[in-house]
Amino acid sequence: MAPPADRRVTLDVPTVRKDFPILDREIAGHRLVYLDSAASSQKPRAVLDAMDRYYETSHANVHRGVYTLAEQATAAYEKARATVARFVGAPSPRGVVFTKNATEAINLVASVWSRSADATARVVLLSEMEHHANLVPWLMLREERGLELRFLPVDDGGRLVLDDLDRLLDGVGLVSVTAMSNVLGTINPVRRIADAAHAAGALMMVDGAQYVSHLATDVGELGCDFLAFSGHKMCGPTGIGVLWGREDLLERLPAFLGGGEMIRDVRLDGWLPNEIPWKYEAGTPPIAEAIGLAAAIGYLSDLGLDSVRSHEQALTAYALDAFGERFGADLAVHGPPQACDRGGVLSFAYRGIHPHDLSQVLDSAGICIRAGHHCAKPLMRRLGVGATARASFYIYNDEADVDALVAGLVAASDLFLPA
Amino acid sequence: MSLEDLYREIILDHYRNPRNRGDLPSPPAMRVEGFNPLCGDEVVVYVDFDDSGVVADIRIDGQGCSISQSSASMMTNAVKGRTTKETRELIRAFKAMMSIHEHRLDGDGQEVLEVVSPDPAVELGDLEALKGVVKFPVRIKCATLSWNTLAGALDTVESGGD
Repeated sequence: MAPPADRRVTLDVPTVRKDFPILDREIAGHRLVYLDSAASSQKPRAVLDAMDRYYETSHANVHRGVYTLAEQATAAYEKARATVARFVGAPSPRGVVFTKNATEAINLVASVWSRSADATARVVLLSEMEHHANLVPWLMLREERGLELRFLPVDDGGRLVLDDLDRLLDGVGLVSVTAMSNVLGTINPVRRIADAAHAAGALMMVDGAQYVSHLATDVGELGCDFLAFSGHKMCGPTGIGVLWGREDLLERLPAFLGGGEMIRDVRLDGWLPNEIPWKYEAGTPPIAEAIGLAAAIGYLSDLGLDSVRSHEQALTAYALDAFGERFGADLAVHGPPQACDRGGVLSFAYRGIHPHDLSQVLDSAGICIRAGHHCAKPLMRRLGVGATARASFYIYNDEADVDALVAGLVAASDLFLPA
Repeated sequence: MSLEDLYREIILDHYRNPRNRGDLPSPPAMRVEGFNPLCGDEVVVYVDFDDSGVVADIRIDGQGCSISQSSASMMTNAVKGRTTKETRELIRAFKAMMSIHEHRLDGDGQEVLEVVSPDPAVELGDLEALKGVVKFPVRIKCATLSWNTLAGALDTVESGGD
């Protein structure tokens, strides 16, 4: 079959797959079937090359040197910031802070907001479906600073219950909710929550770790004040994440980590913070990783986020159909039943076989899925399970990967529950 | 490494038909919980010691994968009727089979690994079937979960508390 002429309309998966060197390797004599991109995506050659090229030709520490290498490194690092800003529809790069990952970005906001005058309303609204990254920082602050935490409940279909939203928002200073559940795949109505939060006088943070890599993102359309996401889930390297924040907030809130770069002046009796965004970037930043992230954004933008989304939605629908046809009631998928309401993340229970055992059997066929609580233990308790098996899709997955998963599940059933 | 090394038939049998499953009235039985944060497994060990410190009865409750459940099931068979000292020796022998290492620094500051050394007289019997788990390092914690939980019960007994 000839590849479609325009990759922006239909994702040409065979061509995409050629861009990812790791997909050439075999596991236990089988082709690699990588279904764990919700944990971390694989990396295209363009990202690996960009980072190599940087280290081979332009590496120096950023912002302080006046020599050619330092200027080039600084220019590349700041260009990466501008690339990120454009990618999420930010008004300017000044609102883009590079962090270690989405977790650090959330911790940054939790820390500086709770120490600020903005936190006079010491109540934070989260949801029951949050990743530990958007729970534990707040639980720590509840202990340390006496914050009150409230939680939007999750219904049996894996959706946020918003019936009581206005009541729950009463007195809240900050709302922090995931745009897409890493367990259920649920795509949350972030805009509706943001509008309600603002009407109640609260700030809105969005955990975009699972969202930004899969759906076109515009901070204006999301209506948020802060957006956190990670590079490694969107074809970029590990060790880099992003906090986008409204510039007036970033200017007003206190600094996070102290050290070099984040200061304008230091005396033995005091210091002055740098301008944003550098105020929040203490120490030597992940320079090569920022450049790798920019290359990843370039790669995803060339594919087109709309075609990424339509590919994943079609593949998710194919998987849901395949599960239903092959396994019926023996396989239960957690979360919304329709592919249009969810991302390419399928957490499931299968014939009572422990997810760890499923994952082990699948691994022997070269298939990588995740098994466990997915860093969302409160949600696991809400679902009444200790762990789930989770398959997640990205741009390089195709129907053959889903077919391999189905065949692997049959093999697991034959082993643990022979007829 | 093949799946057959891991999922031996006796393991699958104990998984499908766990022995000594359930609970014991507590007190008098001691009740100890264990967690494996990796896979969300939770095991509850109920153990009754008689006046001479012998494991009079033992039950396992909780949820887990085939490795943790079969290991727990085989453990109950293996420790019933043993004294606390004998049970300790069996736990040590099992952990040695799982290649559990003890980290320490030698005189030069170099890290050395020492395999837990068991009493060679201790026979593991059916438990030898779990030897294949060593080839799947991430699963060792599944196999040792119930054993570590039982060791916690012994600690409590020997310190005189409950």
